[in-house]
Amino acid sequence: MTTLQSIITIAAVVFGTLMTRFLPFLIFPENKKPPKYITYLGTVLPYAVIGLLVIFCLKDAVFTCFYGLPEAISIIFIVILHKWKKNTLLSIAGGTILYMVLVQTVFL
Amino acid sequence: MKTRALKAAIPYTLPICVGFLFLGMSYGFLMRSKGFSFTYPMLMSFFIFAGSMEFVTVNLLLSAFNPMYAFFLALMVNARHLFYGISMLDKYRNTGWKKPYLIYGMCDESFTINCTITPPEGVDRTWFMLFVTLLNQIYWVTGATLGGLLGYVIHFNTKGIEFVMTALFVVMFMNQWEESKTDTSKISFWFIHLTKRHMSAIAGLICTGLCLAVFGSDDFILPAMALIIVCFTLLQKKVESASPKCEKLTAEVEK
Repeated sequence: MTTLQSIITIAAVVFGTLMTRFLPFLIFPENKKPPKYITYLGTVLPYAVIGLLVIFCLKDAVFTCFYGLPEAISIIFIVILHKWKKNTLLSIAGGTILYMVLVQTVFL
Repeated sequence: MKTRALKAAIPYTLPICVGFLFLGMSYGFLMRSKGFSFTYPMLMSFFIFAGSMEFVTVNLLLSAFNPMYAFFLALMVNARHLFYGISMLDKYRNTGWKKPYLIYGMCDESFTINCTITPPEGVDRTWFMLFVTLLNQIYWVTGATLGGLLGYVIHFNTKGIEFVMTALFVVMFMNQWEESKTDTSKISFWFIHLTKRHMSAIAGLICTGLCLAVFGSDDFILPAMALIIVCFTLLQKKVESASPKCEKLTAEVEK
């Protein structure tokens, strides 16, 4: 990608993000109630999007030569560590370090 | 008035400061390890200011040029902001010139504080919300820039560092899952009983996994998003009739 293409890509992302933040305030100016369907989606969608992002991160893992094994081991480790210590930053750091060790030493 | 609001805002943002510096630094470091100058994480963290999407954008910048895809991906990954916005319509009312910035800087963490915390008596609410938003953005941009700079100084084998994004989402998923246990609504599918939020979380995983299997790893995100919305639209009646609490929530949001 050239620098110009990178800037356009980033601008597209910025524009998309801005839209998600400003749209509700533009569609529902002061004193206008959002329809029930929208508020309903608002209560369920956030929970689904995180699941979507987890899969998004793993999209290429299953198609590698280890069939996602290092990813699976690291995720199980994160789940256990997080159940045990309930410390968000510790779980993220621990899981990432384990994964880096795995792909650098065991799964070459 | 301003200093009082700032003093009231700082303690609420301190835990976020730690998290944002850590995550921001991993993000900046990740970008540097992929060969980008530190100005990329600095400017991207400032202008995009949506953590998950910034991580995703690293992948976008490393793949073929496709701005439309980038735009739609940003829309879907950040779709939750639409719902934050709907919940904040009331609170951001009459905030004058600060309103555009409050909306622009509405990340998950600023939303959570501004939505749930009422500042102590004698503190101006608008300034309080502005400082919460501003401080969080400062932490994030500082973290990302520092991470990018550290990438020049510290050298080690960074292979696998991109897993920090997966780890982040797995932990967020678990946090949401635990938090959802307080949800009393029950939705039954044959013999399976789920709370509304657990059902949503599972629907997100299944719809996306299904689309990944059908469409392959290059084109599955948009169909997955469409499928999730279709699922929820079909389930709306069931969800709302099965859970009085959900109706209450909706009513609260409408209010």
